Amino acid sequence: MTPLPRRSPAVSRLAVALALCALGALAGGCATVAPAGTAPVAANPVDPWENFNRKVYAFNEALDEALLKPVAEAYRDVVPELVRTGVDNFFGNVYDAWSAVNQLLQGKLEDSLVMGTRVATNTLFGLGGLLDPATEMRLTRRSEDFGQTLGHWGVPNGPFLMLPLFGPSTIRDATGLWVDRQVSPAQLSDSETKRWVIGSIEVVNVRTKLLQTLRLLDDVALDKYAFVRDAYLARRRDAVFDGAPPFEDLGDDWEDEPPAAAPAPPAAASAPQTPR
Amino acid sequence: MLKKLLPTFSLLLALVAGGPAWATGTPDALVRQISTDVLNTAKADKAIQAGDINRIVAMVEEKVMPHVNFEVVTRSAVGPQWRGATPEQRSKLQAEFKTLLVRVYSGALTELKDHTVEITKTLPVAGSSQVVVQSEVRGGSEPIKLDYRLDKPADAWKIIDVNVGGLWLVQNYRSQFATELNKGGIDGLINALVERNKTAAAKG
Repeated sequence: MTPLPRRSPAVSRLAVALALCALGALAGGCATVAPAGTAPVAANPVDPWENFNRKVYAFNEALDEALLKPVAEAYRDVVPELVRTGVDNFFGNVYDAWSAVNQLLQGKLEDSLVMGTRVATNTLFGLGGLLDPATEMRLTRRSEDFGQTLGHWGVPNGPFLMLPLFGPSTIRDATGLWVDRQVSPAQLSDSETKRWVIGSIEVVNVRTKLLQTLRLLDDVALDKYAFVRDAYLARRRDAVFDGAPPFEDLGDDWEDEPPAAAPAPPAAASAPQTPR
Repeated sequence: MLKKLLPTFSLLLALVAGGPAWATGTPDALVRQISTDVLNTAKADKAIQAGDINRIVAMVEEKVMPHVNFEVVTRSAVGPQWRGATPEQRSKLQAEFKTLLVRVYSGALTELKDHTVEITKTLPVAGSSQVVVQSEVRGGSEPIKLDYRLDKPADAWKIIDVNVGGLWLVQNYRSQFATELNKGGIDGLINALVERNKTAAAKG
């Protein structure tokens, strides 16, 4: 509901600097990756690195098929639901604390207080976060990450970016993700081995929750990569606007002018297509 | 006297018969009615609870589809090339896209079982006769947004897009449609849809 606030100069300057660093590093990387002589796919303004991104997506798909999906399916079939829920709650509790911080950074005091109370409740009365009594008490989870915080303060998405393993992102969200990882559950441990173990369990947990969704994707997408990209961008936009982005023109005014009735006007003469 | 009573009588009859009360109703009343209907059906049906996709598809066809304006839905996803499509191509596009969207929506519903729907607000879409009815599905670890975009071209509100978790299902097909249209025109798009529906149906 809240309109995007005007950028705070200091914050946006910092964010732009961060984004530019990331952009520079990536552009350098991309230039070497794009094979010489291949005609670029028709440039999409939100996805100028589509050729590169599609290669990363193909890599992710192969990795998923060979490793992540089978492990996630085994995890779902072997580990009892009670344990899986406990694991998910535990990770969720850590991220809830981070959400509370992000809500504070966005100036949403009330939301932050609810999330803070939620974490305190689940930590104290939910066996350190394994159980989720807070949801029963109507302390509802509203997740927020650092990418959303950047977006809240007006930092633009920048080009779309498909990350290895982590999947769809943008320059802004990849920057946010890097910050998020610094406070991820794996960082709770001081030993390198434990960090890898916790990180791996987290990946399996996330992938298991996505089993049904990604199976559906196979059945409904004409182009999986484009579907994932567009869906990601739409959902992030929605999240940054707290579920109330301005509505876009549906663009359905291609009303009947039956082709037989009049000599069909050339496409260029028709009403301009609203940009997405 | 009789003339005056007649409308009252027919209104009563419509109410008693459980007739189309939404025909003159508000868009949020229509969404509430559909949501309640879908949830109650899901609660009473073991197969749906078990995630039987064919049963869910059947339920969506019966409960939701009569309230969707599929011509607007398809036209908005296809874009300007809709103008050049023949009536046969149009009906073919509509039929195939409908099959696809029912699968998307049903798939989204399988993740929402055992939940309650709370309608939060109804917002007008600036510069049009459309409205968006927002609702939230509660009961999972985090509430999921489930919004409906509606328009009232004639006497009844009709759904023209659905938003699940921040994603407008119809709008999300635009760029994929554009790619197919650029490659093979209207017939190319029809073939791509037919192909996708065929492989999905074969998987069951």
